[in-house]
Amino acid sequence: MGFDLFWSSLGPLLLGAIQGTIPLALSSFILGLILALLVAMLRISRNKVANGVGQFYVSVIRGTPLLVQLFVIFYGLPAIGVKLDPWPSAIIAFSLNVGGYAAEVIRAAILSVPAGQWEAGHMIGMSRSQTLLCIILPQAARVSVPPLSNTFISLVKDTSLASLILVTEMFRVAQQVAAFSQEFMLLYLEAALIYWVICLALSTAQSQLEKRLDRYVAH
Amino acid sequence: MSPIDAPVLQVRGLSKSFGTNQVLRGIDLDVPRGKVVALIGPSGSGKTTILRSLNGLETPDAGSVTVGASHTTADGSAGKDEPSGVEHNLPPLTLDFSATVSPREVAALRDRSAMVFQHYNLFPHMSVLQNVIEGPIRVQKRPRAKVIAEAERLLDRVGLLEKKDAHPFELSGGQQQRVGIVRALALKPQLLLFDEPTSALDPELVDDVLAVIKELADEGWTMVIVTHELAFARQTADEVVFMADGVVVERGPASQVLREPKEERTQQFVRRLLHEL
Repeated sequence: MGFDLFWSSLGPLLLGAIQGTIPLALSSFILGLILALLVAMLRISRNKVANGVGQFYVSVIRGTPLLVQLFVIFYGLPAIGVKLDPWPSAIIAFSLNVGGYAAEVIRAAILSVPAGQWEAGHMIGMSRSQTLLCIILPQAARVSVPPLSNTFISLVKDTSLASLILVTEMFRVAQQVAAFSQEFMLLYLEAALIYWVICLALSTAQSQLEKRLDRYVAH
Repeated sequence: MSPIDAPVLQVRGLSKSFGTNQVLRGIDLDVPRGKVVALIGPSGSGKTTILRSLNGLETPDAGSVTVGASHTTADGSAGKDEPSGVEHNLPPLTLDFSATVSPREVAALRDRSAMVFQHYNLFPHMSVLQNVIEGPIRVQKRPRAKVIAEAERLLDRVGLLEKKDAHPFELSGGQQQRVGIVRALALKPQLLLFDEPTSALDPELVDDVLAVIKELADEGWTMVIVTHELAFARQTADEVVFMADGVVVERGPASQVLREPKEERTQQFVRRLLHEL
């Protein structure tokens, strides 16, 4: 019985992963990275106001639970007239969250590039932004792959929280099947297994990416 | 004024403090076109700060820097002693550091001077060729094919053409520094700046780099070199400027300052360095 249910529920769960978990994680991560890059720019800027804004944002995001952030956006915002569907709510909350954490990773990676690289960029005539884009960020990328992979892997698992604001992702499918069949242990372990497999694949991808980016550096 | 005598670089009253530490106390410096000036002196004397100011990497508190006094002949062409590859079309530029210097002025200064760094500072994520062509193509917007051909010719000159697709970490320090020199040359600067170009190198690699710099000097490039290599300074420099504590203590022809220094501080410094040899 358990075995049959495992196989018969695998399809719906995988579908939940493919239609929910993965696109949710991927889109939030990409948007979050863009946001993080902007916030990191604020954080390394010499402008005190910009710096303060960046610092405040990072502090709020890191200082409050992700679940609370989700609930504020989905259940809280309607109180001030902003009604968002589950999907946009989830993507906004996860992007903001990734933005806060990744901003610090990117900032640290930028600061880890030796000052001589900025100077060499300026010497060949590049502006500050050109140097950042063409010289500093490619080198910072190498440093930030491991911590950003961590952020992404956490995000994949955190998307299960979206089930609480009615997004039909994998864990919500598992909850539904479990409630129907009363096989809670089986379904939740099955969901856990699928999360684990996805994260294993991501870890492998991370190692590949690190190898690729390490090509140009002596060890 | 004959084109040869026109100074490419004129520094007046350059002053700079880091906090309460005054590193430059009113420096004057003239470098005629095609001449080589060596800045020597103990560490902390301010020589590197001068050099960095000439490339906009430091902003002095006061004084002025003029680069590229009019040095074209009557018919508008360059003097015949000019090395090939120097950008002639730029008007003279004066930066007055008593006033606020705009980013545009700093950019204009960098159009006219190029620096070779003590620690090379090559871009590790780019190949040797990319390191050299990045500035001319991306910043100076010169035609790609022409820039690459010139870059390859310059790399060939320093014996590194076969390394053009290698990355900096695959090269020895001496090779990296020669790429650093080519990267500066490719920018076609009117003024070449060297910041202790051999002091990070293993002793056996120093000579290759010095030979390249010597060749450039013979070719007529205008250069300012901060160095501790007194023998090299004597062979290569037209003028030696000895600095200590932010002032010029003594200056003159290389042979005079290094062989028969007049000032006691210069004598001590030269004697100590020669002793180490």
